Amino acid sequence: MNKLDIGWFSFTCCEDSTIIFTELLNKHYETWNKVLNFKHVRVLKQQNEDGPFDVSFIEGAVSSDKQAVRVKEIRSKSKYIVAIGACGVMGMPSSQRNQFTDAQNAEIQFLLDRFNYNDKVLKIEDVIKVDFKVPGCPMNEKIFLQTIDQLISKIRLDLARSERSSL
Amino acid sequence: MHQGNFDLSIEEISKIEGQAGLDIKVRSGKIESLKFKIADYKRFYTKAVEGKLAQAVPQQVARICGTCSNAHLLCSIKTIENATKTAPSKQTNKLRELLNHGLIIRDHALHLYVFVLPNLLGKDSILDFDENNKEEHELLHDTFDIKEAGNLLSIWAGGRSVHAPYATLGGFIKLPMDQTHKIVAHLEKIRPRILKLIKIFAADKTNVEEDVVFVALNDPKFNYLSGDIITSQGGKIAPNELFSHLTHVTIPYSQASAYLIGEKKVMVGALARLNLNKDSLHPKTKKDASTELGLFPSNNIFHNNLAQAIEILHSIDTALDLLNNIQITQEKPVVINNKAGIGTGVIEAPRGLLFHQYEITEDGKVQSAKIVVPTGLNQILIEQSLKTYLETKLDLSKDKIALEAEKLIRAYDPCISCASHFLRLKWL
Repeated sequence: MNKLDIGWFSFTCCEDSTIIFTELLNKHYETWNKVLNFKHVRVLKQQNEDGPFDVSFIEGAVSSDKQAVRVKEIRSKSKYIVAIGACGVMGMPSSQRNQFTDAQNAEIQFLLDRFNYNDKVLKIEDVIKVDFKVPGCPMNEKIFLQTIDQLISKIRLDLARSERSSL
Repeated sequence: MHQGNFDLSIEEISKIEGQAGLDIKVRSGKIESLKFKIADYKRFYTKAVEGKLAQAVPQQVARICGTCSNAHLLCSIKTIENATKTAPSKQTNKLRELLNHGLIIRDHALHLYVFVLPNLLGKDSILDFDENNKEEHELLHDTFDIKEAGNLLSIWAGGRSVHAPYATLGGFIKLPMDQTHKIVAHLEKIRPRILKLIKIFAADKTNVEEDVVFVALNDPKFNYLSGDIITSQGGKIAPNELFSHLTHVTIPYSQASAYLIGEKKVMVGALARLNLNKDSLHPKTKKDASTELGLFPSNNIFHNNLAQAIEILHSIDTALDLLNNIQITQEKPVVINNKAGIGTGVIEAPRGLLFHQYEITEDGKVQSAKIVVPTGLNQILIEQSLKTYLETKLDLSKDKIALEAEKLIRAYDPCISCASHFLRLKWL
């Protein structure tokens, strides 16, 4: 079977799950290298391709229209989307400004205006359809590993179905 | 020299922590403008902690950054303990040191092996290392073994290598239960690999020098967590006065606060630490890296990579001493008494000086917070040295200029997630 083309993308967050991902490589590189094609992983390589992807992992929350456009673009190029980490899955803690008081908001407004922030920070599912979620701050390693296995099986099944229907 | 006019834009600089970009405008063979743009959107941590109970703040601010999370955690704890006049036990201090040495090993190894080394070997990525090539195979496995050693140490001491859950105000909520021999064996196994890494980076002759003030802590055991702030100008700054020595600079296209020390550009991080405090490194480190330590003090920014490699060795040697002599005694965290006051914490995060300062009210809540991070301190110099370095590279193709720019940015090991928190300062 061909390798799964994967993309790893980060938006508004601390990138703790990116760090966990790079640390999981310590033990899983040999296995993953046989089944995954790291097509777009900015933390690992300079020469990245912008799709198409079998799976895109999206870490972080969405702070601006510019980010929302990019998230939608990734969705359009990906068969499956996995929201990664607490910020990707539920918005927090990156969306903590959504709970700010009027006084706090008044203090940060000049920055929101200067860099075209949206009024509210959104989780990934607020912007696009999400197929899988790996919660946790940082992401739960066990769920992430299960999700990878699940995706490999699912995409193999998709491929088999597609081959059968073309016969 | 390139005779034409051209623009070069890097939307997302790769192999760094967080998101940053670069715009260069070249006119008549000279750089007319260069913008290093910190692009991560702010998450407003210094606002978000206002009104929060001090006990909750260390874990909250650890989320400023994934890779430096335990540095923020330890700095925040130190800040609140200073404000409340709380003295942790000797065992707690040792465990915090071990947690931090794990961070230094893991974080520097990620930077050196995953971000920097591939370019040094003419590769784009560690993913391109050939498993059938003995040298590349070995380096690939060194990458994973050494990062894993840092993880094991941090997990042993703090429960996790990212956002360590056991470190808290006054001590640890859970103490290490496992024996240390496995970690000791792992650290001993990787030590020779680091000696090899040091030789690799010492052989790199890439050079760009800057007239800059280096700033670091001067702890006599080089433990990253204590000491006075000293500068390469011979100055000494009390931690609680650091902020008053900083000049905030507005960079309209950057989401991060930038600083000068007075009117001078500043550099913090491994290069600054070795330039100012190399005599305090572990004796075994000094012995086995004596030739390479002769290169310091250095004004070559690329020597920050070599300095990090030497620091990994120092952290291994120091951690081994601590692990071989530690006997864990069951103890509970020291109880924090709520007291109104201002606390300051300054530590050496992997990328340099990290400053937290909180004003705490009588009911134990944080009223206001200031945080200054290493990349904020280095930001102005990063831009300056990009101009200096790239002026000598303009005869290259645009792709190669972009590659050289990324190599220099990576030498600083910037942490963009850290840099784009929020400080209550008005833009000019």
